[in-house]
Amino acid sequence: MLTISTGNNAVAAAVREAGTGVVAAYPITPQTEIVEQIANFVTKGSMKASYIPVESEHSAMAACIGASITGIRTFTATSSHGLLYMNEMVNWAAAARLPIVMANVNRALGPGWNVWAEHTDSLQARDTGWLQVYVATVQEAYDATLMAFRIAEDRRVYLPVMVNLDGFTLSHITQQLEDVKIGDFIPPLVLDHKIDPAHPGGYGCMTSSVDYVRIRSDIERSMRDSVEVIRETEAEFAKRFGRSYSWTDDYRCEDAEVLILSMGTLGKEAEVAIDILRSEGVKAGSMRVRWIRPFPNLDLGDRELVVIDRNYSFGFGGILAGSIRAKTGKTCYNVIAGLGGQEVTYHDIASFVRNRKIGTEEWFGVKI
Amino acid sequence: MRERLAISRPVEGACGETGTWRVFKPVVDREKCNSCGMCAMYCPDGVIDSEYEIDLIFCKGCGICANECPKKAIAMVREGEES
Repeated sequence: MLTISTGNNAVAAAVREAGTGVVAAYPITPQTEIVEQIANFVTKGSMKASYIPVESEHSAMAACIGASITGIRTFTATSSHGLLYMNEMVNWAAAARLPIVMANVNRALGPGWNVWAEHTDSLQARDTGWLQVYVATVQEAYDATLMAFRIAEDRRVYLPVMVNLDGFTLSHITQQLEDVKIGDFIPPLVLDHKIDPAHPGGYGCMTSSVDYVRIRSDIERSMRDSVEVIRETEAEFAKRFGRSYSWTDDYRCEDAEVLILSMGTLGKEAEVAIDILRSEGVKAGSMRVRWIRPFPNLDLGDRELVVIDRNYSFGFGGILAGSIRAKTGKTCYNVIAGLGGQEVTYHDIASFVRNRKIGTEEWFGVKI
Repeated sequence: MRERLAISRPVEGACGETGTWRVFKPVVDREKCNSCGMCAMYCPDGVIDSEYEIDLIFCKGCGICANECPKKAIAMVREGEES
């Protein structure tokens, strides 16, 4: 059915449609609407789930870990400081191989206190073993959340998935949403290592380095196998529901001589910038990177690269630009833009391309 | 099944013969013991059986049994000093 929705409500609707059994969450701006809506569904009976209000994000993820290990579909949502507060348990969830799905509504970190969009929060969790996807529309937030459950719960993966959507510029904006009847798109969860009261055991107990290395390496094995699982899941989703997704969202890239690479809603803004540049005779294209973990194999050819980072790793640089350099060996023009919700218009993005100085980094709006 | 996570199952002696860690050994005075079972209930290693015999291969000598015994029937004696 075609309707309209905010990004947050789209995530909540997807969590209900996926047949989630346990939700444990703590409210934080700009994620609050997701958990409020899920609490409404549970209270009014349209969602048959246990909703566990907890005293902190650390407890939220701990409750999700306890629920998930019993083999039930589990979800939570957070933002920014909430994600950082739960970080210990975020690491635990992945290494305990639990297919938890979490929505993180990207928000800047304080101080100064700031509730607007930035990706530094979730990118600080990029080495935890969670798969991470970044979305740019209300529809994509819905679709990616549904697919996240199927990907996480696949036996070849058994890793948690984080769906990231920009605070306010996606979480609170209203766009059209075509919802789906999920049917058997997400098979019933079968967790091989779930708790079995008939065979008690200690989970994640003291482990020798020999076993630790072996078990840790299995996370990377699954991360590599997840590439195929994501491909299959997105292909099956397109077949059933008619919407296609891939590692990147490409716009006019075929004959492009310069590419804008970005994440989240700025990647949609970049598409308008591409049209402006094309009208000026600049052969530009936009490649919005969706998956950060596993990091995609990007086919960049010999095109010039303008990488917009809505995040920063102090003492290093933009994280997307750094990842692209590391994975492809290609240099780029790295623009740090949109931190703390800084307004970046499509005219600004077009000017990044016009004024590009390959091999340099620039902070939009300030000189450092 | 592929091993995803360190899971330990309860088995006797998973950590080896922990009785070798012991400094003080519990010695039961059968005259005082009234078989109340408090020692076995409190033993963190589960090494006291239904006859209140203590398995010294695994007893670490923590002394909780002696502390809990309402009849003071268990003495903790330094290893090698038992008479």
